[in-house]
Amino acid sequence: MNLTLKIWRQAGPRHPGEMVTYKVQDISEDMSFLEMLDVLNEQLNAKGEEPIAFDSDCREGICGMCGLMISGEAHGPEKTTTCQLHMRSFSDGEVITVEPWRANAFPVIKDLVVDRGAFDRIIQAGGYISANTGSAPDAHAVPVPKPNADRAFVAAECIGCGACVAACPNASAMLFMGAKVTHLSELPQGQPERAARVVSMVDQHDHEGFGGCTNVGACSQACPKGIPQDVISTLNKDLRAALRG
Amino acid sequence: MTDTTVNAGIAHGLYTEGEPVADTKAPAGPIAGKWTQRKFDAALVNPANRRKLDVIIVGTGLAGGSAAATLGEAGYNVKVFCFQDSPRRAHSIAAQGGINAAKNYKEDGDSTYRLFYDTVKGGDYRSRETNVYRLAEVSANIIDQCVAQGVPFAREYGGLLDNRSFGGVQVSRTFYARGQTGQQLLIGAYQALERQVAAKTVKQYTRHEMLELVVADGRARGIIVRDLVTGEIETHFADAVVLASGGYGNVFFLSTNAMGSNVTASWRAHRKGAYMANPCYTQIHPTCIPVSGEHQSKLTLMSESLRNDGRIWVPKNRDDCDKDPRQIPEEDRDYYLERIYPSFGNLVPRDIASRQAKNVCDEGRGVGPVVGDFRRGVYLDFADAIARLGKDAVEAKYGNLFDMYARITGENPYEVPMRIYPAVHYVMGGLWVDYDLQSTIPGLFVTGEANFSDHGANRLGASALMQGLADGYFVLPNTIRDYLAKGPFEALADDHPAVAEARGRVEQRTARLLQIQGERSVDSFHRELGNIMWEYCGMERSEEGLLKAIDLIRGLREEFWRNVRVLGSGDTLNQSLEKAGRVADFLELGELMCIDALHRRESCGGHFRAESQTEDGEALRHDDEFLYVAAWEFSGGDGDGEMSTPVLHKEDLVYEAIELKQRSYK
Amino acid sequence: MAGTGLVFAGYVLLHMYGNLKMLAGEEAFNTYAEHLRTIGEPMLPRSGLLWVIRVVLVLSLVGHAYAAFALWSRAGNARRTKYAAAKSAMRTAWMRWGGVFLLVFIAWHLLHFTFLKISPNPDKQGPNVTQNPYELVVASFQVPWMTLIYVLAMVALAFHLAHGVFSAQQTLGWTMTPHAYRRAKAVGYATAAVVVVGFLIPPLSILFGLIK
Ligand SMILES: Cc1cc2nc3c(=O)[nH]c(=O)nc-3n(C[C@H](O)[C@H](O)[C@H](O)COP(=O)(O)OP(=O)(O)OC[C@H]3O[C@@H](n4cnc5c(N)ncnc54)[C@H](O)[C@@H]3O)c2cc1C
Ligand code: HEM
Ligand code: HEM
Ligand code: SF4
Ligand code: F3S
Ligand code: FES
Repeated sequence: MNLTLKIWRQAGPRHPGEMVTYKVQDISEDMSFLEMLDVLNEQLNAKGEEPIAFDSDCREGICGMCGLMISGEAHGPEKTTTCQLHMRSFSDGEVITVEPWRANAFPVIKDLVVDRGAFDRIIQAGGYISANTGSAPDAHAVPVPKPNADRAFVAAECIGCGACVAACPNASAMLFMGAKVTHLSELPQGQPERAARVVSMVDQHDHEGFGGCTNVGACSQACPKGIPQDVISTLNKDLRAALRG
Repeated sequence: MTDTTVNAGIAHGLYTEGEPVADTKAPAGPIAGKWTQRKFDAALVNPANRRKLDVIIVGTGLAGGSAAATLGEAGYNVKVFCFQDSPRRAHSIAAQGGINAAKNYKEDGDSTYRLFYDTVKGGDYRSRETNVYRLAEVSANIIDQCVAQGVPFAREYGGLLDNRSFGGVQVSRTFYARGQTGQQLLIGAYQALERQVAAKTVKQYTRHEMLELVVADGRARGIIVRDLVTGEIETHFADAVVLASGGYGNVFFLSTNAMGSNVTASWRAHRKGAYMANPCYTQIHPTCIPVSGEHQSKLTLMSESLRNDGRIWVPKNRDDCDKDPRQIPEEDRDYYLERIYPSFGNLVPRDIASRQAKNVCDEGRGVGPVVGDFRRGVYLDFADAIARLGKDAVEAKYGNLFDMYARITGENPYEVPMRIYPAVHYVMGGLWVDYDLQSTIPGLFVTGEANFSDHGANRLGASALMQGLADGYFVLPNTIRDYLAKGPFEALADDHPAVAEARGRVEQRTARLLQIQGERSVDSFHRELGNIMWEYCGMERSEEGLLKAIDLIRGLREEFWRNVRVLGSGDTLNQSLEKAGRVADFLELGELMCIDALHRRESCGGHFRAESQTEDGEALRHDDEFLYVAAWEFSGGDGDGEMSTPVLHKEDLVYEAIELKQRSYK
Repeated sequence: MAGTGLVFAGYVLLHMYGNLKMLAGEEAFNTYAEHLRTIGEPMLPRSGLLWVIRVVLVLSLVGHAYAAFALWSRAGNARRTKYAAAKSAMRTAWMRWGGVFLLVFIAWHLLHFTFLKISPNPDKQGPNVTQNPYELVVASFQVPWMTLIYVLAMVALAFHLAHGVFSAQQTLGWTMTPHAYRRAKAVGYATAAVVVVGFLIPPLSILFGLIK
């Protein structure tokens, strides 16, 4: 198939960017979206134009490195990561816009590549259980009821891709943060730090310049791992409990 | 069949042989007591002094992330590097199946010794007993540690951990978290690491790529990195350097590894004097989604667990290969694994399943689209399982894998049999290390997939995760202190000749890659190298093929340094430049892999030499000749892409606790 | 946000209930209006509770609008470069512009019924009407354009509440299971439906002459 692509090009963090139009021909339906961009990049390289920078690593939908806003949808029209999106989801002759995640807390580095360091800093603020190596009791010392274990797992599936922020009209990272808080709050091991964790993570979130959550739910709809919006509810509840002391 | 004439490699002047190497750190005595003894013997570092000791860790996968967190907790000054935008994205995240541990929670007869035994046997008796025993010994602690960190392993209704059996092993010792075990383990290590970053014991450098090792006065003392965002070349010093930079399966271009997985960190260390061990040992995984066309950038693994219920077959007649598989009657199907290996059937080890798939496709009985000149795929059929268990049960077990398959291929595996084909998945080879995980360069430690130590010629499923975490949480922190206790070493000045040399080399290389401005893209070289490697150094290797491959690689490498086109500049994010550096190193590694494969004129584990097989086509080892680790020394070649004849050092493998046997799965 | 929003939601439901007394006839409605003012007597002065409600409502409105505008501006700062192509975020637009519309409506509504500054029906003027709440309402909604304004306002209110009531439960942490989550969504839609229908019955009945 043949496609018209409108892609955001930006030379560096402090350069202005613009949408540039490209055409690609003979794209196979079996290609992934990123392989289609690879093809475009080979063409650009052959013409002496600098290839388009975009992030990807595992190309299996698990590392969370990739992520593009495709015609206004985070990770494109399917509920999956950009690397697992295939060209059969598009039709011949389609015009596709490709933009980086847009959020001030995710500054653009180049073209479609953004800096998601803010996520690491939110985790640093408390997204962990303090368990020094070697201090752990036997794994069977504390059983975890299956429903809690299952919900912890669902929340733990977050791959840190940032699509939730990209899709949220408020550019809020509440789903990402709610996923981590819920994962740890559901487990007995996560209890001692439960209150302190949520308070400092939310502080860091606000400090990074993410927007506030108004429960819109676009995040959850865009999330390639289907993290449910109810994790935000858990975060809110933990936060209120913590603030009440 | 043993060939007593001069080895073909030597005959062709491809390598020379040097002094043997030996692991001198494993204490004497019975195998079960060695690790305790070693921990006791290793010097201690006073907590007050730890702050003054700097450790650099390259890599944030299971091996590097866990080591960084643990050394940070201990109070050392740690700097950790990765090329991704966050430590959490290291390739370990992609592991699906599970992690082994000798917990014996199922009371099914598992034990440290049995895990040790299975791993050695699975490795086709080409691994070092002492290391493997230790691995089995610490495996149970890994699970405890991970649970304490909040890793959400699968649990039973009673709230206790669930296990499954994996990869043809007879006990249930694999802990798992749905199909995302690697992700969950890595996030656990990552969170522990971020906690140390907050505590300021660890400083993390993301989007930084190590491009050179600094070796001064005989010790590894630092690294040269490129900040991938600003392009700045930086020097970082330390008292010890740990490489946890993962595997190099991407030398094949198409593999199940992440796009960025590379050999650069290891190869640069190799060029500086670290021996590279058994580089030709590659694991080819049988259940991957087949290549669909020329555009393909990577291959996707589907969990081995599919082989528990799926039946593998191809048509008996070539003429049926393009038919709808549902129209092919039972009597015209060849369930070749069940036919050849009646007792193990579809559950034979990875190397065997892969090779047989290749054989039937080479015979022209493959299925799916014609790629290149033949069809590369076999059916993995769930029709029987669906009839037996019901669609719902199959969906409950494998739903996420089926969905992934459907997304990638556009076919519905509940209706039409899946197609699978083998793909490069893991490398058992890597930098040589002793029992302390120290390479031949003092102060350079290597952990995880980047070292060679634990899996011999073939790795069992679910044991790479175990090894990465064993190394990082439990082994390295205990052994590195023996070395660090000698520090802190004298500070190095930026104009120290060793530092200036390393930095200068990186700067020149970067500049040169940008100057060539040739005709061909980096990817085109990588693809071509991959084809050569797959064709001649893949599932089956022969003397003739390997000699040809070496020639081809040399030619390609020469062309690369003359004709590659890398656009853009060095002082911004430049992904072509990053790839170019990695491909340049693959072009050197590929040659060494072929030389290693050529010299090892036996078949063992993942290394199958056409010249060394039994009458019915099974791998034939030659323990009399090849019961050793091949540790290769880089012998010079100053310019980019230049390598002179490598030197082979043999480490003899001694089996005391386990008796050598010929593997059989018939 | 959630607290103030729920105060409104509660008030609106009560208010709607009161308005429905229109159906029971002039007396019932006027008694109710009167009762509103005498409730709590003699503990509270006349109209005491009404004033308590008024104060709570005004404070809530200020708090609610303040929080809404603060979030709005924070969202603006959190994404200064807009997408070239965005699947428009309808829900936020509805909440924000719908909220602003409601604010304007409330002002209009107070001028109309509470301060009696607006008397749309040329046929029914004077203290007879203004002193009789029932008459006043009937007089107003016999005017089609006035009814239209209220219909539009009620539709806006319904959208605002459909999301708002769910949202408040989410914010309060009442939706931690998939089941509770679905329930919260349903409560939101139900409230919206009840409110829009409930409020609109009297005006439409009047307009179509069922109540005179
Ligand atoms: C698809 C797939 C499934 C698998 N499933 C299983 C399984 O079920 N069970 C199992 O036991 N094993 C499995 N494996 C194998 C296992 O995942 C890996 O062997 C293991 O995770 C490797 O971990 P590591 O820490 O050594 O390296 P990696 O996780 O690969 O980490 C490498 C790190 O090094 C960094 N790095 C590399 N080069 C540089 C450089 N030059 N400069 C700076 N940083 C650098 C990277 O940024 C990264 O952080 C699987 C592998 C694959 C590919
Ligand atoms: C009396 C009428 C009103 C009612 C009944 C009402 C009710 C609610 C409720 C219940 C919420 C959800 C709170 C939460 O998310 O926690 C909400 C949110 C909101 N309201 Fe109102 N509100 C009213 C008036 C207004 C007005 C006048 C404005 C405009 C300034 C406004 C703007 C908003 C905004 C922007 C939100 C967004 C927050 C969100 O989406 O949750 N509302 N409202
Ligand atoms: C069709 C819909 C409505 C009708 C017919 C209606 C009718 C009335 C009437 C008759 C009064 C005067 C009551 C009295 O003074 O005794 C009144 C007051 C009031 N209404 Fe409404 N109303 C409607 C909708 C709304 C809505 C949607 C809101 C809020 C969002 C609202 C908020 C108010 C307020 C704040 C007062 C003033 C109460 C006071 O303090 O005296 N009304 N309404
Ligand atoms: S919550 Fe979903 S969308 Fe957000 S970072 Fe995690 S996986 Fe990505
Ligand atoms: S879309 Fe945004 S507003 Fe909240 S519910 Fe999701 S973070
Ligand atoms: S590249 Fe890893 S999730 Fe897409």
